[in-house]
Amino acid sequence: MTHNGSDGIEVSADWPLYEVFVRGKRGLNHVHVGSLHAADDEMALRHARDVYTRRNEGVSIWVVGSANIVASSPAEKDPFFAPSGDKVYRHPTFYDIPDSVPHM
Amino acid sequence: MNRHDDQASPYAGLVDADAHDQWAFGTSFDDPLAGVDTTLADGIDGADLATYCVMLADDALICTQRLAQWCTNAPEIEEELALANIGLDLLGQARLLLARAAAADPTIVPALPEGSPVPAEDALAFFRDEPAFRCVRLVELANGDFAHSITRLLAFSTFRLAALQRLGGSRDPVLAAVATKGVKELTYHRDYAARWFITLAGGTGESRRRLEQAITAVWPYVDELFRPNPVEQRLVAVGAAVDSSTLRGEFDSVVGQVFRASEWSPPTVLPASLVASRSGRDGIHTQALSYLLAEMQSVARAHPTGTW
Repeated sequence: MTHNGSDGIEVSADWPLYEVFVRGKRGLNHVHVGSLHAADDEMALRHARDVYTRRNEGVSIWVVGSANIVASSPAEKDPFFAPSGDKVYRHPTFYDIPDSVPHM
Repeated sequence: MNRHDDQASPYAGLVDADAHDQWAFGTSFDDPLAGVDTTLADGIDGADLATYCVMLADDALICTQRLAQWCTNAPEIEEELALANIGLDLLGQARLLLARAAAADPTIVPALPEGSPVPAEDALAFFRDEPAFRCVRLVELANGDFAHSITRLLAFSTFRLAALQRLGGSRDPVLAAVATKGVKELTYHRDYAARWFITLAGGTGESRRRLEQAITAVWPYVDELFRPNPVEQRLVAVGAAVDSSTLRGEFDSVVGQVFRASEWSPPTVLPASLVASRSGRDGIHTQALSYLLAEMQSVARAHPTGTW
């Protein structure tokens, strides 16, 4: 929704949506934790800090505009994912992982 | 870490399970200065140090109460959390400073009924009357609109950050430790306020008009931040306090940068008048503080022996 501000500039009533990813102290990867609204990228980062890391959850934050995310469609679920469901041999479960290999 | 847990709850892998006992300030210990040596260093007067800590604590406490009043009233839920977070940072500072004040001079703590479990820092926050409050008048002013609150926060956080940076070298180790912790917090508060100030200045005609009104209302209370007072001066002489009047240069330089980025010239407004040359630090306040205290203190005062 947009309207014209008092000086004629077009103003959007709603801030765009961003998705937030946080990496924890012991985490190796950023995890999607939720979404928020912000006027621009810098504000999104600060909002993410205020909304999602206030209990000391994170050491790193990524934010990305929700509009920039390309998602698979639920309608394509079967052709996308069903074929991999019965390929147990693709899992590395048929041999022992040495102790010296971390994060597996 | 188990990958399946990750997927069940995104927070499972984020929160440090071992550190839960202190996930929020003040939830897991009774005495905020437990185990801390509160002996006074040579030459530091206990009564002076207590009064000085109360000044710093009251600035934070009253500012917290004003920030908390934005809950359910902020323009966006994200801003509401940001303002509440800032308030909680300041509340943490106030609690430690009031506890330090009570340890330095126990006679300042209001007397409570026999057997009251209220700790000293709570007694100071909730059972002192208005004239005993030593906050600057800047923090007690009503919130006004968002632009008004941002303008006040910009002035307050710039001043307090400059003060805490120097207090990290205080000869009172407790005050120094509280200040060092607070510097990280205030750095974010100032950044938050400055960004919003510049955003509002460069926004619409309406946002700029409101900001202009806010500056006119808030800036008369800025001078008071830098007024020397005798308690502070005596503690400066023994290396325990920072001389407020020396912070003006840094304040003007930081705020000047924000005003330049906003394409605004620094305001030239007359300072708010003093009352027989006394103001907030002397217990002389605006009418706004009495209403604020009535709201903040009424529940605690109704239950002086309550356990929370």
